[in-house]
Amino acid sequence: MNFKKKEIEHIANLARLELSGEELDIYGKQLSDILGYIEQLQEVDTEGVEPTAQITGLENSWREDEARAWDDSERINAINQSPEVEEGQIKVGRVL
Amino acid sequence: MKLNGLTIRQAQEKLETGEITSVDLTRACLDRIKAVDNKVKACLTVCEEEALVEAKKADARRAKGELGDLLGIPYIAKDNIMAKGVKMTAASKILENYIAPFDATIIKKLKEKGAVLLGKSNLDEFAHGASTENSAFGPTHNPWDLERVPGGSSGGSAAAVAADMCLFALGTDTGGSIRCPASFCGVAGLKPTYGLASRFGLIAMTSSTDVPGPIAKTVEDAKIVMDAISGIDKNDATTVNTKELSSEASELSSKRVLKGKKIGMPKEYFNEGLDEDVKKFVMKAVNEYEKQGAEIVNVSLPHNKYGVAVYYIITPSEISSNLARFDGIRYGFSDKESKKLIDVYKKSRGKGFGPEAKRRIMLGTYALSAGYFDAYYLKAQKVRTIIKEEFDRVLKEVDCIITPTSPHTAFKIGEQSSDPLKMYLEDVYVTGASLAGLPAISIPVGFSRGLPVGMQIIGKRFDENLLYGMGIAFQGATDYHKAKPELK
Repeated sequence: MNFKKKEIEHIANLARLELSGEELDIYGKQLSDILGYIEQLQEVDTEGVEPTAQITGLENSWREDEARAWDDSERINAINQSPEVEEGQIKVGRVL
Repeated sequence: MKLNGLTIRQAQEKLETGEITSVDLTRACLDRIKAVDNKVKACLTVCEEEALVEAKKADARRAKGELGDLLGIPYIAKDNIMAKGVKMTAASKILENYIAPFDATIIKKLKEKGAVLLGKSNLDEFAHGASTENSAFGPTHNPWDLERVPGGSSGGSAAAVAADMCLFALGTDTGGSIRCPASFCGVAGLKPTYGLASRFGLIAMTSSTDVPGPIAKTVEDAKIVMDAISGIDKNDATTVNTKELSSEASELSSKRVLKGKKIGMPKEYFNEGLDEDVKKFVMKAVNEYEKQGAEIVNVSLPHNKYGVAVYYIITPSEISSNLARFDGIRYGFSDKESKKLIDVYKKSRGKGFGPEAKRRIMLGTYALSAGYFDAYYLKAQKVRTIIKEEFDRVLKEVDCIITPTSPHTAFKIGEQSSDPLKMYLEDVYVTGASLAGLPAISIPVGFSRGLPVGMQIIGKRFDENLLYGMGIAFQGATDYHKAKPELK
């Protein structure tokens, strides 16, 4: 599989990554190589095989859905990691 | 022997008799870090003052009569595990100035037991790699040969243990990241069963295979640490209650109990591509088990060869999702020049992530994108089922499976960092146990041209005790784990 530059740009956009022209070239080639290797999975007969996502077989792991008190200094320190904080809240640019 | 060179067990005896204090032990480790880490570069952060405060507290607890395997024992944690108030970078520019606001569950457990955190160790950025060369802050050097890699991604943790900078270290293993560096650095590294210890407070990489585990000087020490950090945690819904599981490790260490144990040798792991010396030392270790009464059974895992291909679909897919949280808004690096929201995302991520993280995000985004999901992700999850069932079938016939940990010993820094696919193939013997959620331990079984050789023992789910027993039996009969590097 060989990626066109437009396809790599599309993936980078979906991934929200700004990449330089050089990076687009390199990743295009490397992704082609890696996917070429991964192509071998098509040899495996998986007819009727269920996919595995949870390996130890847990199904539902219930807990009460309740608000828990969290240490105030930990909460403030977590919020203050944001580049822009105003009155204890994270500031985000306008979305619409 | 210098105090920093002790095992947990040895140090504990000296602490209990009052021969040494935790402050002595902690100082010895801090001195060692100062003396050698300019060469090894295992640590990203050293918390000298905090460590000495914790050591004093441990000594005070002991003075009041408290006992405990880890009380006053100094350790280092991989820098993708949160410790409250301590910088945590994940070896990425995007988290260069991040201070962890709370403790990971496993750090909290160690704190309660009185273990002393010395600092944070280097890794491949976000744990993406098998050599620690992908760190944004430069590679770690293998203590056995400073021109070589320590393995990865928990390379800083393994190098720190091998160079006696600490008594043990914490690592994380997603597809070999504890076992590979343990093998390259000649120490014991345990990847526990998925769900045995909590992932809360770890940086998520591949949520369906991530596990934290110990890197230690002996298997006995690894068991002590694993026992301390395991257990069910409401903050990680995949943790499993294992209280009912039996403890036969101590029994197993005697020859009488190894007798009749069946060891599976999968022929696919001893094929071409395996270094002759590595093969020789693993076979020698297997002979030792035979001598102690174990039975060797030839087994086959024909689909294991697809492990790397499955892993490098599932892992990038989960990474592309997990690393979406680095948006330049909530935490981490943010590009200040952008005005539009979408540009904040793209520029912060484009500048903040290193090459391997970007490569994996791109690969995962592609594999999960419209029209390709069935062909890649779903297909990989189905082959994963086949790999898991194959292991389960074999592990019904035998008690454990023995393989080399890596096809060769540590390679030179820079030797293969330009070829990502070649680097992915480093994981050929270690991805299987990760995909199948099985416990696996790497222990040193010899030296090839001065470099450690690691052997992997894979067990049944939640049967870590068998791995401890096997490891302790081997280390009781041999001295490979006692060898120390000269740091040249």
